[in-house]
Amino acid sequence: MSETGRPFAASASWFLSTARERLAKLLDAGSFTEFVPPSERVQSPHLALFDLPAAFDDGMIVGCGRLGGKSVLVAAQEGQFMGGTFAEVSGAKLLGLIRAARDDEKLPRTILLLLDSGGVRLQEANAGELAVAEVMRAIVEARAAGVAVIALVGGRAGAFGGAGLTAATCSAIVISEQGRTGVTGPEVIETNKGVEEFDSRDKALVWSVTGGRTRRLIGGADAYAEDTVASFREATLALMGKARPFDLATLRAELARLAGRVGRLGGCDSAVAMWSALGVADPRATADMDDPAFVALVADVKGAGDDAR
Amino acid sequence: MTLDEILAGLFPSGHDVVVGPGKLLLGTGRRVGGHAVEVIGIAEGEPLGIDGVLPLAERVLDIAAAGGDAPMLVVVDTQGQRMARRDEMLGLNEYLAHLAKCLLLASRSGHPTIGLNYGRAAAGAFLATALATDILVALPGAEPAVMDLPSMARVTKLPQEKLEALSKTTPVFAPGLDSMTKVGAVTQVWDPAKPLDVQLEATLATIPAHDVRDALGAERGGRLLAAGIARRVADQAGEYRRA
Repeated sequence: MSETGRPFAASASWFLSTARERLAKLLDAGSFTEFVPPSERVQSPHLALFDLPAAFDDGMIVGCGRLGGKSVLVAAQEGQFMGGTFAEVSGAKLLGLIRAARDDEKLPRTILLLLDSGGVRLQEANAGELAVAEVMRAIVEARAAGVAVIALVGGRAGAFGGAGLTAATCSAIVISEQGRTGVTGPEVIETNKGVEEFDSRDKALVWSVTGGRTRRLIGGADAYAEDTVASFREATLALMGKARPFDLATLRAELARLAGRVGRLGGCDSAVAMWSALGVADPRATADMDDPAFVALVADVKGAGDDAR
Repeated sequence: MTLDEILAGLFPSGHDVVVGPGKLLLGTGRRVGGHAVEVIGIAEGEPLGIDGVLPLAERVLDIAAAGGDAPMLVVVDTQGQRMARRDEMLGLNEYLAHLAKCLLLASRSGHPTIGLNYGRAAAGAFLATALATDILVALPGAEPAVMDLPSMARVTKLPQEKLEALSKTTPVFAPGLDSMTKVGAVTQVWDPAKPLDVQLEATLATIPAHDVRDALGAERGGRLLAAGIARRVADQAGEYRRA
């Protein structure tokens, strides 16, 4: 216990923690069991071709544990190994976990995806891209079989490229201020389209376009967490058992939500303009307010609560 | 083959598929015997952004809602997702994933889905369209890729010559149809010299009920580990539950 009386684990920064630390502190103490653990030395055979070191978990940790006493399946990407990327081995580990939940109804009916990934690993680009496609299909099949898949986004690598699409395929998304999600990263847009289109060195701009607060305000995430493991735990517990079914009605609602967003916000040229259009009284203050103030703000914004996905 | 030649070859009994605003393809083709094939797609290498996703997704959901069992053909020539600050700000990841989910729902609702890559196909746009179908076929000349080699050289900080040499020995990263076929993404490559309608019927008769792409990659030697590792994780999950 720390001096404030809160357990150290609970107040640890999600952003700064490793994938294994997040899992250990998110789940009920001592409840985590890993499948295909590092002792089995399942690693990428491809990285050596590029003179890069491999890791015995390939940056993907999968297993099961308990959250608030309820059994869950979990997968966590290590953003500090190859940017948490989807590759042949890392992708197959995640795929196996989701397919197991899909096929065995006695396994936990909730999967937590602790995403921390820049997308597809370029050194294994085809295998990684295909792994994302397989994972997206498996998530849909698992959801249709009654499994809730919850994405948690708040790590250094965010959830970009294939990871951004994976997050949006889940039943629900929890995000923190530090969490960023999207498809093409700002650096790649700048390289391809010029600095006038997206200045990747303008951190305030990057944050306002891809960051967790913008995503939560426009309905791109279902829940907002402070950057602590405890807050992610609380937000995840609140979402468990509330997943929408994967069916035509849900996708029709999602289409209406996404079309409505373009209608309302499609003409905005900045995030501040979007926040203003959403009815935020002092949009410029959104970046600087503390987390409780932001949570109170979200509660008043129309559309942020309608997260059919 | 040009898009017109492809559509004419696929539907000798007629079709009303046109390339509309945003280079989006929408329409219906007639199979021999008169049954319909619903067609969506994107043409001329156009990048897929949020404004393109919405009409395609709406059409797919309408087809799923209408019932029946008409197959759906997803015809793709796209350089990738649209790279724009506006699209990212509005949450392009949600839009692309939505289209993929709509296609997967249509398939689950009884409409077999076939992806047809005849030009480019890359990155997020590939995931949202052709890779979200039950089976992906291609025509020679198709260029499916995650990223071209010069860009890959920049990101990996390796000389392009080294990447070119490596790409001859391993299909896991090199762009192109051969690689994507070997890893199991592309199931069949059609022969443009033979009637396309016959090949479409043959493909429709062999649509797998489950995702077999990892098994295909192992069989073809392009992705040797994935299928086994996925199975191993599932086995250990099952053992844990029974323990």
